[in-house]
Amino acid sequence: MNAITLNSITKTYSKGTILAVDDVSFSVEKGEIFGLIGPDGAGKSTIFRLLTTLLLPDKGTGTVGGLDMVKDFKAIRGIVGYMPGRFSLYQDLTVEENLNFFATVFNTTIEENYNLIKDIYVQIEPFKDRRAGKLSGGMKQKLALCCALIHKPEVLFLDEPTTGVDVVSRREFWEMLKRLKAQGITILVSTSYMDEATMCDRIALMLGGKILSVASPEDTIKAYPEQLYAVKSNSIYHLLLDLRKYEGTINCYTFGEYLHLSITNNEQEVRKYLQEKGHTDVEFKAIVPTVEDCFIRLLKHRDDERNSNKN
Amino acid sequence: MKQFFSFIKKEFAHVFRDRKTLVMLFGFPIVQIVLFGFALTNELKNANIAVVDNARDVASQQIIDKMEGSKFFNVQKSLMTPSQIDAAFKEGKIKLAVVFPPNFNQDLLHLNKASIQVIADASDPNTAAQLSNYISTIVADYQAQIAPTMKVPYTIIPEVRMLYNPDLKGAPNFVPGVMAMVLLLVCVMMTSVSIVREKEMGTMEILLVSPVKPLMVIIAKAIPYLVLSLVNLCVILLLSVYALDLPIKGSVVLLFAESTLLIITALALGLLISTITSSQQSAMFASMLGMMLPTMLLSGYMFPIENMPVVLQVISNIVPARWYYVIVKAVMLKGLGFASVWKETVILAGMAVFFTALSLRNFKIRLE
Repeated sequence: MNAITLNSITKTYSKGTILAVDDVSFSVEKGEIFGLIGPDGAGKSTIFRLLTTLLLPDKGTGTVGGLDMVKDFKAIRGIVGYMPGRFSLYQDLTVEENLNFFATVFNTTIEENYNLIKDIYVQIEPFKDRRAGKLSGGMKQKLALCCALIHKPEVLFLDEPTTGVDVVSRREFWEMLKRLKAQGITILVSTSYMDEATMCDRIALMLGGKILSVASPEDTIKAYPEQLYAVKSNSIYHLLLDLRKYEGTINCYTFGEYLHLSITNNEQEVRKYLQEKGHTDVEFKAIVPTVEDCFIRLLKHRDDERNSNKN
Repeated sequence: MKQFFSFIKKEFAHVFRDRKTLVMLFGFPIVQIVLFGFALTNELKNANIAVVDNARDVASQQIIDKMEGSKFFNVQKSLMTPSQIDAAFKEGKIKLAVVFPPNFNQDLLHLNKASIQVIADASDPNTAAQLSNYISTIVADYQAQIAPTMKVPYTIIPEVRMLYNPDLKGAPNFVPGVMAMVLLLVCVMMTSVSIVREKEMGTMEILLVSPVKPLMVIIAKAIPYLVLSLVNLCVILLLSVYALDLPIKGSVVLLFAESTLLIITALALGLLISTITSSQQSAMFASMLGMMLPTMLLSGYMFPIENMPVVLQVISNIVPARWYYVIVKAVMLKGLGFASVWKETVILAGMAVFFTALSLRNFKIRLE
């Protein structure tokens, strides 16, 4: 049975003038870590709020844990854990008070499910008498995760849990999610950091309220049709301009200190072209695309489609 | 039940950890009582008046002595010309001037008729009226004193008694008013702000996605403010009894019961405001504007309702403080029992039920 299903869900705001989620369908298997990947405004948070029964869809149906999103909203609220995108705990209560409060709200105690949060809680326990508002970004997110987990939910919704968190804490955070998955908890997580996508079992790339693709990170990368190259030369700026002018170029964009390039013809011809243009120290290597590359390709694809529709 | 208590505990923590709120909660009523009780009083004491005695005879001197003996006046004797009096009024040095004509005593004795000119600064009409009344009383008093030697054919002396407040003190009037205002304001503002804060901070989002029943959230929110308001009420009553010498003539239990009814109405109103506003500022603004002004202006505490245009009289009926004000005055000042305030109580209870029902109906179980 799927832990989450969405069938052609559409959601608009401001009396239908703003389209937040556009005919979205996907399903998440039980015990899976499913990632919603996309930039701000892609509609990720809206999907979270629809699934946590905070919003009603305009069209379409959906289930969480086999329960109907609209009809059985009360039952759903009892079996899910939700960590909103914004830090949403009581800033004037201490770490321990927050956790205790949410435990009682869900009719449980810290002791009862301590094993579930232990790994995370030991890290913030030294600060248990500190007010939540005074914690650092990473600590806040850990506390919020503890609070969302304390009642041992069947499905965990984490809306951008690692935004504003340092690299080390982010890594730790994902380690924890892996451990939770081992306990059989289904996790729907969103992020705007593309590098985190590979930590998920499956990912959905989202843009403008639409889902562009749903697959495992490996399959998403495998689906990249062309060979991708990383290119560097003495003048990266001129290199970018020249490569964009080059007729065989499909797409070319900066990526860290390199340019990422996909082409229709072969490598040798491009090298020759660059020599003619007077580039020296040219580094040219074939690489395996990342999720971000896939995303950029889908983005370009969509823009091209849009432009051709206009013309 | 455990859920419920942990909610209440949390709510108390919010109040006690927020110094500003706490100061407002308890400072507001104390400042109001002290201000109204001691500083902003409409009783007149030691008003500066000028006496221009052109007569300088026995009668004028005796009257001036009486004025000087009165605690209401601070008499400045000086020979002033009309233009000097004018200047003194303009500078605000005096509130009133009394001018005795020459030959005052002679006129009084021989013509049986003499006049005194009383000039008052009526830019503040209440003060002017009050002061000139005091002067008339003093003159009448003097007349009665010398009456045996004078032929006064008929005299009707009205014996006036000021019931419930014989000294015409300000406290009996404003204490019930302040009580209504403080209870309404504190309860309405506190509940609306505290619920809206949960929305603003995003915690409402988590609470909604939990097995907690909305009704429980609301009741748990209301209880701490009910308790705090009752504590506040005690502070006000203690202050008025011990600092302002205003005894509670009726039943204290009845007074607290009626106050609780007003508090519940106020809590429901606060909840209603929280369902229609989305930021703490707008909630505070709505409570201030929606509560403070009608309570001050339309409850009969500052302006008598009977003197209002019919439209305002009708509107005043929906102001909870209006009914509460009547009840408190009856119980506190007149010492009346429930039998004489049951009508107002029923109206207030009806309002409580109505607002609670309306706000529960409007309480959103989702984000939109």
